[in-house]
Amino acid sequence: MEIIMAFVCGFLFMAAIYLILSRSLLRIIIGTGLLSHGAHLLIITMGGFGGNNPPVLADGVTEYVDPLPQALILTAIVISFGVTAFFLVLAYRSYQELKTDDMTQMKGSEDHE
Amino acid sequence: MNNFLLLPIIIPFFFAMILMFGQKNLKYQRITTILGLIISIICAFALLFNVKENGPQTLTLGSWPAPFGITMVSDMLSALLVLTTLVIAFFIVWYGFGSIGKERERFFYYPGVMFILTGVNGAFTTGDIFNMFVFFEVLLMASYLLIVLGGEKSQLRESIKYILVNVISSALFVITVAYLYSVVGTLNMADISVKIAEINQPGIVTVIAVLFLLVFGMKAAIFPLYFWLPNAYAAPPIPVLALFGALLTKVGVYAIMRTYTLFFTHDLAFTHELLLVLAILTIIAGSIGALAHFDVKQIIIYNIVIAVGVILFGVAQMNEAALEGAVFYLVHDMIIKAALFMLIGIVIYITGTTNLRQMGGLMKNYPALGWFYLIAALGLAGVPPLSGFIGKLLIIQGGFEAGNTWSSIFILASSLVVLLSVIRIFIYAFWGEQGQVSNNINKTTYNIMFYPTVLLVFISILYGVGTEFVVPFIDDAAKLLSDPSIYTDAVLKGGN
Repeated sequence: MEIIMAFVCGFLFMAAIYLILSRSLLRIIIGTGLLSHGAHLLIITMGGFGGNNPPVLADGVTEYVDPLPQALILTAIVISFGVTAFFLVLAYRSYQELKTDDMTQMKGSEDHE
Repeated sequence: MNNFLLLPIIIPFFFAMILMFGQKNLKYQRITTILGLIISIICAFALLFNVKENGPQTLTLGSWPAPFGITMVSDMLSALLVLTTLVIAFFIVWYGFGSIGKERERFFYYPGVMFILTGVNGAFTTGDIFNMFVFFEVLLMASYLLIVLGGEKSQLRESIKYILVNVISSALFVITVAYLYSVVGTLNMADISVKIAEINQPGIVTVIAVLFLLVFGMKAAIFPLYFWLPNAYAAPPIPVLALFGALLTKVGVYAIMRTYTLFFTHDLAFTHELLLVLAILTIIAGSIGALAHFDVKQIIIYNIVIAVGVILFGVAQMNEAALEGAVFYLVHDMIIKAALFMLIGIVIYITGTTNLRQMGGLMKNYPALGWFYLIAALGLAGVPPLSGFIGKLLIIQGGFEAGNTWSSIFILASSLVVLLSVIRIFIYAFWGEQGQVSNNINKTTYNIMFYPTVLLVFISILYGVGTEFVVPFIDDAAKLLSDPSIYTDAVLKGGN
């Protein structure tokens, strides 16, 4: 099971990097979304898939999954959610202001070049 | 009372929250911010002396025993850095009254500064690797706000790149923590240190060490990963630039220091050799940039890169002299970089340009500014009575002790490049014919910008002249860095 998940994570990272290296800003943001999915999936994989029950105390249940990675993911998800929301609004603002979403046109500065 | 070590984190956080209200009322915003900073500085001072007397202070939140809860650890290194951070922030905020502009002040500039301080102080104080990630995100989110605040075209353009780089490095941080967790099964930094020592750092842990170097190197702008820094830092206004230049990269440097002295100390021939080579390359890259530009902002920005290289060179030696020098140089560099950015901010305000070729002759009308700039420049290069000297001396002494003769000589030579790059600003801007002068210079604004800058330069002079008073503190920090068992004992056995 861990092997399959490792391949899935690797595929997600591959797709993310391909998208981040593209020209369009929106593709880049989709890439960062895939990157954080890959990272979160990797945490849960690295915690191991042992245990058959959700980490909730109940009568007669002795084998739980590791609760720590789940807490880490929950934290990481909300953080990346906040950052992505900010990034999307920033992309919208810069599209309004700079009139382009092509990263190759967003270089240099006013004084030089 | 042990909760004391949380105060430098909690107080800026609390003030950030109350600053969210009444954002249109400038007087309230300014007074509250200054008040919050003064209270935090007093607490940080008290904390520093407490750590000096009683050794590292630890607090495990919620009274869970050490490896299970989140531990906050205030040792000498973090207490020093917390105090420096707050003092610098105080002067930068004061400086900002004159130069940041009312529009920005009305739109959550001060809460942004306070949140960035929360994040920086938290990252310096935490004893839990995932908690460090969270504090990194706190300071990064606040820095996203500050870098884009104002919404000029160049700011929008550069903040996209800045955010993208940091999103990627944050994802890499999460991935690295996941790998580390799967190997050692714990997140508490002291516990990780003990567990890695037990398994004697197999190959996989060395891989994780290199991954950590990538993650923190991207924050700290080391050689192949510094590409985002020059343009991103040139975009925001000067007070924000000073805050970033003084604090943000140094958090990355601190994180490298912490992980490479606490976790990964069993395969020095690989990890620390790599760090040494990267540090040297960082210095070369920074030197080239600092000499190539005729833009005052860019020259100082590339000097940040050089300083990061020098500090990491000290860390890579792993002996007490070099580590002491690294701590010395870290604190010195935070102060002097803030002071230099503030000084060139004044120069830019007077001349209305960042291009060196259009400046000239400022010495005639602004002699005090010129002399203070010269003192700061000599301090940066490390001329003996000033603050940059003792740190570099110790780093080089450590380099010779570790047998890295040629690279130590190289560090000495790099000081000349630093001196040349900053003296060039002095020669172009302050000597010669009268150059371009901005036509709307306001005397009160100039004074508001001038006094905090001068005081900060004075602090850096005191730091250099009063080395004897500072040495005992730095000594403690270096002892703790070179012997991780002091740290782990304090956390895991409740050493105090």
